[in-house]
Amino acid sequence: MHSDAYTFRFAATVTIVCSVLLAGAATLLKPRQIENEQLDMKKNILLSAGILSPDKDASREEINKLYKENVTGVVLDSTGKFVQGKTADQLDEKKDADLLPLFEYKKDGQVNAYILPVSGKGLWSTIYGYIALDPHCETVEGITFYKHGETPGLGGEISKPWFSNNFKGKKIYDDQGNLVSVSVVKGKVAEKHPGADAVHYVDGISGATLTGRGVTHFLKTELNKYKPFFDKVRAQEGGQ
Amino acid sequence: MAGKEKLFSKKNIAIFKEPLVDNNPITFQVLGICSSLAVTVQMRTALVMSLAVMFVLTLSNISISLLRKKIPSKIRIIVELAVIATLVILVDQILKAYLFDISKQLSVFVGLIITNCILMGRAEAFALQNKPWPSFLDGLGNALGYGWILMVIATGREILGSGSILGFQIFPDSWYAAGYENMGLMVLAPGAFILLGLLVWAQRTITKTVHE
Repeated sequence: MHSDAYTFRFAATVTIVCSVLLAGAATLLKPRQIENEQLDMKKNILLSAGILSPDKDASREEINKLYKENVTGVVLDSTGKFVQGKTADQLDEKKDADLLPLFEYKKDGQVNAYILPVSGKGLWSTIYGYIALDPHCETVEGITFYKHGETPGLGGEISKPWFSNNFKGKKIYDDQGNLVSVSVVKGKVAEKHPGADAVHYVDGISGATLTGRGVTHFLKTELNKYKPFFDKVRAQEGGQ
Repeated sequence: MAGKEKLFSKKNIAIFKEPLVDNNPITFQVLGICSSLAVTVQMRTALVMSLAVMFVLTLSNISISLLRKKIPSKIRIIVELAVIATLVILVDQILKAYLFDISKQLSVFVGLIITNCILMGRAEAFALQNKPWPSFLDGLGNALGYGWILMVIATGREILGSGSILGFQIFPDSWYAAGYENMGLMVLAPGAFILLGLLVWAQRTITKTVHE
């Protein structure tokens, strides 16, 4: 039988050894982890705009090169104006809460797509993704969800191409010019919304109704944040 | 113990072999059910989960066994938990740094290894009383016993539920066109329960073991 003093000493030693080990590992691996996360973000920006095909396994260098060639990160303020002298990756979530990052996919000097980061609550976790819109800010060019803690096989299917492909070509504005976003239905769009409004809905995932509801909800909230910017773009084009 | 025991003595081999079938942690001891339901929708995640459990279980068994004479019995459970939790977090950190895509797929489940009863069970029931080498064999055997059940369930679920093996579609599109549908039940937890139940039944019929 060990004495109480020994027990305390032992507990203290175990605690210290474990924490030193973990703190060491976390510090050592941090740079690599951050690099991975940033690379993953870049990759998903490229995927959402269709610059990179999901079937292709791109290397670190390819992703960085494609990103550098095609994508520029800019910053918007809450009225939808460009903020000069800042780039999207310099934004600090806490300090710059009223600023919005926006990524432009430019081809031959022309904007080919606007890519916005979207995030919000799913069922279990915060879901992060990117949505790419056409230069008129009306049609979805593509969407990716890259970070989430939803159940694999159920809510986790949101990160699969079969789900995100459904968003392609959907409209975020209705005929009256209201920002209606795109909603995930419970079941199939063909059954729930057979009419003309099918362009605002995508098929849900069976067994993941709540994840779908979360996606619907945060897409709308996030798109509304960018509404002033969309309005500007649309006004310039004579408000179609 | 009389004299020096051989590394692969009969006893040691039995320690390794028993948890594979006769004393399988999942089908016989009915431990670790939570993760066998959660990560078996696809074979890939099941495989990585099995490897992660193998890594943590063997190392935790060895560490606990090395410390077995030093651990005060009053706080042994929390010490076991601290060792296991440390190892699991290490695995998680390493996966995030070097196998980012897989760590994304496993998401929360790596962290949940901490609460996998098999780890605590083996630490408490075996490693605390045995030398490091048998503890290592016990850990490896249990991890393999856990792993192969996971893989069997995952294979069944992926084929029936998603129509694929390791992510590759196996049924031709013409089958789907002809009205074949993936079994949605298999993707959900009840599918795992049913397959697991069948496995337990099959195993107990073959080995003729009965819980009194």
